[in-house]
This record gives sequence, structure tokens and C-alpha cells, in this order.
Amino acid sequence: MLGILSTNAITLSVPGRVLCCDLSFTVAPGQIWAILGANGSGKTTLIHALSGLGPCERGTVLLNGEPLASGNSRQRAREIGVLLQQEDAVFWGSVLEYVLLGRFPHARSWLGWSSEDEQAASAAIDEVGLAGFASRRYTTLSGGERQRARIAQILAQAPRLFLLDEPLQHLDLRHQSAVLNLFQRLARDQGRAVMMVLHDTLWPGRFCTHALLIHDDGTVRAGAASEVLDRDSLERLYGCRLQEFAQGAGRYFLPDV
Amino acid sequence: MSRSLPLILAFFAAAAASLFAALLFGTFPIPALQVLDSVLFPAPGVVHDVIWQLRMPRALAAFACGGLLALSGTLLQVLLRNPLADPYILGVSGGASLGALTALTLGAGAAMMNSAALAGALAAIAVVFGLSFRRGDWNVYRILLTGVVLSTGLSALISLTLVLAPQAQVQGMLFWLMGDLSYAGDPSWAFLVLAGLTALGIAHSTRLDLLGLGELKAQSLGVAAVPLQLGIFLSAALATVAAVVLGGAIGFVGLLIPHAVRLLGVANHRQLLPLAVLLGGTFLTVADTLARTVIAPQQLPVGVLTALLGVPGMLLLLGRRR
Repeated sequence: MLGILSTNAITLSVPGRVLCCDLSFTVAPGQIWAILGANGSGKTTLIHALSGLGPCERGTVLLNGEPLASGNSRQRAREIGVLLQQEDAVFWGSVLEYVLLGRFPHARSWLGWSSEDEQAASAAIDEVGLAGFASRRYTTLSGGERQRARIAQILAQAPRLFLLDEPLQHLDLRHQSAVLNLFQRLARDQGRAVMMVLHDTLWPGRFCTHALLIHDDGTVRAGAASEVLDRDSLERLYGCRLQEFAQGAGRYFLPDV
Repeated sequence: MSRSLPLILAFFAAAAASLFAALLFGTFPIPALQVLDSVLFPAPGVVHDVIWQLRMPRALAAFACGGLLALSGTLLQVLLRNPLADPYILGVSGGASLGALTALTLGAGAAMMNSAALAGALAAIAVVFGLSFRRGDWNVYRILLTGVVLSTGLSALISLTLVLAPQAQVQGMLFWLMGDLSYAGDPSWAFLVLAGLTALGIAHSTRLDLLGLGELKAQSLGVAAVPLQLGIFLSAALATVAAVVLGGAIGFVGLLIPHAVRLLGVANHRQLLPLAVLLGGTFLTVADTLARTVIAPQQLPVGVLTALLGVPGMLLLLGRRR
């Protein structure tokens, strides 16, 4: 199968612990992957390794069949977009200026943004429902609004593969659903691929075609959502008992308290 | 760009006005029209000599020095992602001051003193760079700490030199330490450095914006972070050294001018850099004009004036915001 991104037996570790060993999988256009795991299991480390922001101890990540490390970084940023779990700095400009920075991989002139860049940024701001906020200062936004501005930035970047580290954090229920629907449309209609770290057991069964479960002992299960997402494996993953609900074609899990 | 066009025009006008004021005021009274006449239609005479040989080089040196300090401060505040970073955080002022003071102690003239300051500044940068940059292991916090530690050590040595120096030389030394543009000389080389670095900064302004969001974020959007950080470090160091050679360790400009421009609502570096350069230059030109006229014929160290003028201005700006 021809994929956008594939891994060839990668091993990831943090000091003192192996997070996953000899992991191989392929992400193809149109797929939406959920990355699930307990706190500290290595979800963010995996996102960093897949995007080239962090190292693999062994093995290689291939982007369009070429080793990730071989390409130039701006070219890579046109293919892979990363939504980081947190940003460790304050941005003093407007929401529009913030979102425009996502166009950097496409920028052709150092004199300023092209009208194409500005259109892409405005469209992205509209997509996440921040239309009236474009000229507001980024610092005046609430946590959820900032998260949507960050999602707008990655939409403006328009990569073929979205690597999203907790895209739903700080979002209310309506916007969680809106964001997932948005990425589902991008995957279905434009053939983009999405991998996202989720903490919720309700959304993956509804929106994800594939799932990657990272267990604390370093074993990883990756595959189609219908095969991987079942009560037994999720109970093992989170170390707590779950109740299963069926509604239409979807299966949902809630902690059994 | 269009939104801040009025701001840019206003800053250019202020810069021109400050330079004109620097030509106008001085111990030798020259009417404004005559100053204008001499600038536009140079003709030999006393007025020409005062304007072209005394006031003009000094005014331009002040402007270049202020612009360089503001540029360096803006760059270092992005590089270190620390709003308190100022041009002297790299130990440049300490190194330059120690060099200049040593030269003064040995009875050297102005030219020798500037060379000694240059040597001291370059040595300090080499030490900071050598200790904080190792191949494959580059950390901006180490630059910050190395610079702070080195500055502390150097200021101890400077104090020691002051204590041990003959009484007659201490006055001159104090002037140098507080910043003084009397020995600036021909500033045209400094304008070349200033123009070159500002253009370079504007060309990389989006990268600077991205680096301000964090190293990882910048990398995720395709910025090669380490070469960029290295370039910022070297540019800031060059700007600071040039400023210090012109005017000694003039404080306040590099730290607060970038913040003043940010408080006016300019956040992206494409506008922030040129505006900070213009405001820094304007500010130091005004301060230096006051320094040499307030209690003329005696001169004040311009570094004292920058703080006395800048602190109330800055507090006003801070209070105004929302």
C-alpha cells in the first residue's frame, strides 16, 4: 500500500524506559488514526519522532518513501503539519498574524504574505469559527479559542498529513465535534491523512479509521479501528474496567464506576 | 504593512526632527534657517564647520548607536525568549569596558581606547560563544547564564580597575562606563553595519516570529532552528560591539526600546525591527543633544540621560495600556 508516512521498525525511548520497540505501520491518504495510551506512555514522543522533531533510537520514518531526515525542513513542513500539545511562548500579535505564520512553508517572498496566503489564513479562521476574531490580539483569547486558533494555523499550513497532539484539549463539546468533523472532511474529500492523540474513548470509535494503542509495557497494537478498538484492549490500555454501549454502527466505552 | 504605515512615517519624521535638533542646539548659537541652509547648501565658514565637523558626526553617531542597541536588544529578546534580555547580556559591555579602562589606565588616546574596547568586546563574545556552543548541543539558556556569569566577573574587574586607577583618570572612566559619545569619530561604518543587519533581520523576520513561538514550533513549520539562532547571536553581537565602540556602554536603549514599540501594538518583526531601529536612533540622538547642552559647556554622560528620559516615558506607555 502506498502511504504518506510509514515507519520501518522504529524504537523510541526516554531515559530509563523503552516506549515502543520495532514499530512498523503505514499511514495512507484518507485515513484517520487515533493514538491512545495512558499518561506518559509515549504518545507525544511518537508524534515528535514521526514529524522529525525528535529522534528515533532505531529504525527510520519514511515520508513518501524517502527517509524523513533527508528532506529539507520547509519542504517537510508542506507535507507534515504538527499541532504541538503545548506552546511555551506568548504571541503578541493578532489572531490573523498568528494563523498566517502557518503559511511560512509556502511563503515565496520575504517582503510579506501573498494574497494566496492571506486567503488561506482567513479561510482557516472561518473554518474553526473564529471569523469575528481575526484582528483580536491572540493573548485576549480564552483557552478554547486559542486552541481553535492553533488548529486554524495548521489548516492554513495545509499539509498532507496532520499530526495532532491532543487537538481537543480546552474545547467544549460542540467544538470537539466540529473539529473532528472538519478533519474527517479533509481526510475523506481531499485525501489528507490524520493522526491524533485522543484521551476520550467516545470519539475514536466514531471518527477514526485506524487506531494505535501504546501500552505501558512497550507493546503497541496498530491497525484498523474495527480490529483494535475493543473493550478488552482498552481496559488493558487504561488499566480500568469499561462499559460498552452500542448505538447504530458505533461502539462507545465509558469507565465502569 | 498598510496598517502600520502611519506609524512608520511618524517614526521617520521623528528621526529627522531629532537629527535636526541635534544640529540646531549647542553652545554656539545658530538660527534654525541657517542650519537648514548649511545642510542643504554647504558653504565654507564657521557655521559650516560647527555643523559639518562637530554636530553632524556626533548626531549621526548617536543615531547609529541607538539604532544598533535597539536592534541588538530586539534580536536577543527573541533569541533568548526573555523580555529582560538586553544587548549587554552577552558580556559585551563588560569586555569592552574592561578593555577601554585598561587602555585609559595605560594612558592611551581615544583611538587606542576604541581599539581596546573592540578587543575586549570580541574577547567576551568569543568566551560566551565558545562556552555555550558545542557541536550538536546548543542551548540558548546556556548563552544567557554564561553571559550573566561572565558579566558579573567582568564588572568585578572593572570595579577593581576603578579603585586602583589614579584619581585624575576616574572621571573619564566613569563617563565611559555610563556611555559617552564624545569620542565616537566618523560613524559612517556603523551606519553600514546598522543598515546591513536591519535588512538581514527584515529578510528573516518571519523566521524570527516563528522562533518567538518556541524552538520546537519553529522547527515544525520548517525553520532550521540552530542556524537561525546562531545567525541571531552573531548579528546581535556585531551590533552590540559596533554600538559599544561608538558610545561605550549606554544602558536602557536596547532593553526598553523594543518593548516601547511592542506596546504601540507592533508584534511582527518585519515592522518591529525597523521601528525599533528608528526609535532607538531618535531616542539616543535626543538624549545626546540634551547631554551636551543641558549644563553646557559641561557635558553629561548620555547613559544617565537615556535612563532619566526613558523611565518616565516607558512608565507612561505602560500605564496607558488598557
